Amino acid sequence: MTRLLMKGTDAIGEAAVRAGCRYFFGYPITPQSELTHYLARRLPEVGGLYLQAESEVASINMVYGAAGAGARVMTASSGPGISLMQEGFSYMAGAELPCVAVNLMRGGPGLGNIAPSQADYFQATKGGGHGDYHMIVLAPNSVQEILDYTQKAFDLADQYRNPVMVMADGIMAQMMEPVELEEERNIELPAKPWAATGMAYHQGRNVINSCYVIPEEMEVVNLRLEKKYQQIRQNEPLCDSYLLEGAEIVLVAFGTASRLCRSVVDKARQRGIPVGMIRPITLWPFPYDFIEDIAGRVKWMLAVEMNMGQMQEDVQLAVKGKIPVYHYGRLGGMVPVARDILEEVVKLYNGGALR
Amino acid sequence: MKKVFTRPKTLKDVAYHYCPGCTHGIAHRLIAEVIDELGIQNTTIGMTSVGCSVFTMEYFDMDMVQASHGRAPAVATGIKRVLPDRIIFTYQGDGDLAAIGTGEFVHAAARGENITVIFINNAVYGMTGGQMAPTTLMGQVTKTTPFGRSKEVNGFPVKVCEMLTPLEGAAYLARVSVHSPKSIIQAKKVIKKSFEVQMEGLGFSLVEVLSTCPTNWGLSPLESVKWLEDNMIPYYPLGEFKKPGVLA
Amino acid sequence: MLEEIYIAGFGGQGALSTGQLLAHAGLLEGKCVSYVPIYGVEKRGGVANCGVTISDREISSPLVTEPTVLVVMNNLSLARFQDTVVPGGLIMINSSLVESPVTRSDVKVVSIQANEEAEALGNVKVANNIILGALLELTGVASIEGVEQSLKEVFPKRHHHMIPANVKALERGMELARAHKLSQVD
Repeated sequence: MTRLLMKGTDAIGEAAVRAGCRYFFGYPITPQSELTHYLARRLPEVGGLYLQAESEVASINMVYGAAGAGARVMTASSGPGISLMQEGFSYMAGAELPCVAVNLMRGGPGLGNIAPSQADYFQATKGGGHGDYHMIVLAPNSVQEILDYTQKAFDLADQYRNPVMVMADGIMAQMMEPVELEEERNIELPAKPWAATGMAYHQGRNVINSCYVIPEEMEVVNLRLEKKYQQIRQNEPLCDSYLLEGAEIVLVAFGTASRLCRSVVDKARQRGIPVGMIRPITLWPFPYDFIEDIAGRVKWMLAVEMNMGQMQEDVQLAVKGKIPVYHYGRLGGMVPVARDILEEVVKLYNGGALR
Repeated sequence: MKKVFTRPKTLKDVAYHYCPGCTHGIAHRLIAEVIDELGIQNTTIGMTSVGCSVFTMEYFDMDMVQASHGRAPAVATGIKRVLPDRIIFTYQGDGDLAAIGTGEFVHAAARGENITVIFINNAVYGMTGGQMAPTTLMGQVTKTTPFGRSKEVNGFPVKVCEMLTPLEGAAYLARVSVHSPKSIIQAKKVIKKSFEVQMEGLGFSLVEVLSTCPTNWGLSPLESVKWLEDNMIPYYPLGEFKKPGVLA
Repeated sequence: MLEEIYIAGFGGQGALSTGQLLAHAGLLEGKCVSYVPIYGVEKRGGVANCGVTISDREISSPLVTEPTVLVVMNNLSLARFQDTVVPGGLIMINSSLVESPVTRSDVKVVSIQANEEAEALGNVKVANNIILGALLELTGVASIEGVEQSLKEVFPKRHHHMIPANVKALERGMELARAHKLSQVD
């Protein structure tokens, strides 16, 4: 085990390599580009391939092909590029192909800017592409978690034969933090007897497909997919909490915003305000049950996001109207300041006390 | 009794959904015969596209991967890069390849991607019901060019083989037709060569197959064959545009 | 111990590598550290700032918005960030590059003519490490040995011959800071 200072993008790339991913197809976009620089050097070292495609549309379809051939494969982009990939995600979900896609979110809509944002929450968690489907969405909040959850993403993708997204932003991408890096070891990748590798290499004939012209047949597929999603909802929600004991107020935040909120909780506690934090790690499946449970014993929650209240809706669904769920957000690539969040908490806390 | 004609091994025993007189079936058969002759049925993976060819996966007896509209060369790239020793081909119509998929086939060719593209050009959109294709001829009447294709509104048809010729990554480019027995025999030779180019690792190969669409042309099968000969071949000349190492 | 250090300059001034050196040095001494760069879209000459946190306990937020130490390398950064420093905090200025005055009266200010000092050592490029040396002396976030070790990791191999000159600069910075501390006592 080595302890070293690592940059977020390097951690994503190294995690992919450690997870046995040998193929990356992508197109440069800020702030994702430094990940491509890392993998363009690193993948050939392990006999892998980094291929720069002509567009994000082509990238995700190369990923589709490589996944269909049974490989562990990854792509990464930022907002505008991820929008272009939505068709591919839908096809992969339909054809039940595993892949890992990283979205380093930036300010939008449109071309927006390259500053950190969390405004792609709806797109990722509510199905940015067409049709009834879900992607598993992981939101790490430190470089160590980037390393750990990117590896986990590959396992989840293979286990459920479904695309998995790792969501972060430019801060997480550029940030350097110490990580514990385990020795590289050979991992055994799961067998994929369904892959289209040529009939000489498996029993029978394999077809990778999401086209079901007859509605009755499509419905059967939809129901089968739903059964899988239900299983994921049951088994995979992940969340972390901080100082919930004695908390009357709970901040809910993910990724970069959750790091800020942790310091808000520290500062609020110093001032005697009983604040705790819940941090969803899987944004889909969302940890509804955990949040509902906590809602039973606190006064209100505050969703802190770098968007206009997208996750707030899921928190509201979770608490089932038992308590108010407020929102504090900065937009357009602006990062909230801990002091301002604390001010909002104090304002709400005092207002609540007056009532 | 001696068997003189039979279904190729690589074709499944199912009836085509294609309209009467459509030449997709001939193109399918030629590909299947070539695959049989080269003995590569079990090591070949085919890409289907969107349009009339979407059901190709029901017809070829081999591993198949369905690609989204226009993206088959990108999907093929992904597979070929993972499995470089397998034979990978795409089967795409003129809307799929020459309109929505313009980025993907051009860049697959530019990269010299070692895959084979079979491009069916029938100058019209089939599946969606007879609209203009990028290869619709000047003056040709379609559902969306009811007064004929005009340069003012629609511009000019795309000549795919000619357009790819300057690309260094394109190893083999040819245009064939399947409107007559003679042209069909020639088409098979060319298709076979395109697979051989891939098997030898020489780079990107594309065969453009001029094809009929009696339903959407509003002609009988026989009239269609004549229309292809009289109208398409003069605009889309047949022949090999590029052979490995030799500029046509 | 918790120091939240914000280093602000233009691209090419070395703010980012100074921040990385600090973070590395903190890590070598077993501290919790984080480093977050913030820069503009321009590849050269734009904003290049970074926040470095060095702490004994787990770092809540790696984003430095209320620094305990601000290091400024140009007038613009001083104007922009001096108000963010916590009361009682420290502002360190390379006064070879920054002319405008600090308007805060509730913070410590240390000005060093780092470029002239570096030239006196024979290489203007080591100016940042004069400031960094002073920062080590004034805050105790890391040792000079830690930074020296970090130079080997942060600098590409082809620049390793520059390490002795940089260590000299660190030492000179520490010396200046000690003198400064003595003058404060007087």
